[in-house]
Amino acid sequence: MAELDTSGGGHKKKGPGVKKGKKLSTRVDLTPMVDLGFLLITFFIFTTTMSQPTALKLLMPDDKVKPEEQNKAKESGALTILMGADNHVYYYEGQLKPDASNFLSASYNGENSIRDVIMKKKAYVRSIAQDPNDPEHDLVVVIKPSQYCTYKNVIDILDEMSINVVKKFALVDIFETEEQLIKISDDSAKPSSN
Amino acid sequence: MGRAKLPRKSTNIDMTAMCDVAFLLLSFFILTTKFKPSEAIAVTTPSSVSSKVAPNKDFVLVTIDKDGKVFLTIDDKEKRTLVVNSLNASKNLGVDVAKFKAADFIGASFGELNSFLSVAPENRKGNALPGIPCKDTTNNEMIDWMRAVSEAYAGEKMDLLLKGDNLAKYPSFKGVMTAFKRNDIQKFQMVTNPENAPVGSELYKKSMNGEKQENN
Repeated sequence: MAELDTSGGGHKKKGPGVKKGKKLSTRVDLTPMVDLGFLLITFFIFTTTMSQPTALKLLMPDDKVKPEEQNKAKESGALTILMGADNHVYYYEGQLKPDASNFLSASYNGENSIRDVIMKKKAYVRSIAQDPNDPEHDLVVVIKPSQYCTYKNVIDILDEMSINVVKKFALVDIFETEEQLIKISDDSAKPSSN
Repeated sequence: MGRAKLPRKSTNIDMTAMCDVAFLLLSFFILTTKFKPSEAIAVTTPSSVSSKVAPNKDFVLVTIDKDGKVFLTIDDKEKRTLVVNSLNASKNLGVDVAKFKAADFIGASFGELNSFLSVAPENRKGNALPGIPCKDTTNNEMIDWMRAVSEAYAGEKMDLLLKGDNLAKYPSFKGVMTAFKRNDIQKFQMVTNPENAPVGSELYKKSMNGEKQENN
């Protein structure tokens, strides 16, 4: 390692009677300085925030539009996603049947994920499309968060819309009957998870 | 037949070059680092694939913490004055304008606003504050706040941000959305952490083909 050299400039002839001061080397040991430098670098690397937060835009539908002016969703192209407690997610296609036989359960990721459900629906809408120029015209996803779900669940589903490039989706208030259905399903799922 | 003697090399290394690099990197990191302002309200935001960077000045931010408490931040100090003046007039609150202007965020109901503002700013911590009531449909004070804010921004572009915690329950979010809707604010942005589109999804294929994400 570099160290402070104090040995002087070697043997040089000295004039008679001339006292010469010891010549000090200008070499300085830089090791501690480098140590300090890298210590500070590590500190700044860890404290720096490289990723800026991003913003997800959301356009809300206007509530004041009269019912007769609202767009009616075709039953074949409608998919309703409902979010329950403990990251449970449910869906049904078209209209909810009175016996709730088409009320199905999905998950946010992994097997039977809501993404697969959306993609399947999308493929189905494309296969029955009338207008070849706009095959996804009839696809409408209705998002109904229940009072038990979290903010993250809502964002995840909205994010699914941009991941799967669903152009038409709406965040809609849930019906009482659907909320009860979610509650029953959530409760029935609980004992198995415990 | 003596072998040629190898000159013994010194173990001393010149540290100058390494020192140069170290300090170059150091100055880079010092200059690029931006310290996170210490936030009184701890919020962990969810992730989304959105690639649009959130605005960081002149925004109106509604924060929902993990207990569903709602806080309001108005970045522009001039607008704060407008908001408090209009609320003082309509609700007869008698709030000190200077104190309101100095407050970084608001987290109390109208009735408790004066006592909230009398607390020293460093003692206003999110977990001890009541938040703005909005869960109850009959007493949604966010509606009045948002009305005052949208009046203050009348004719101007408003960057409305919503920053919610992962664990916040939906009713608070719904209360905030109701407040937005009642004041004809249909457009807002939600602060999220960036995340890549999942491999194989439609958006992933799109970005692979070089298509830009739509920002509408």
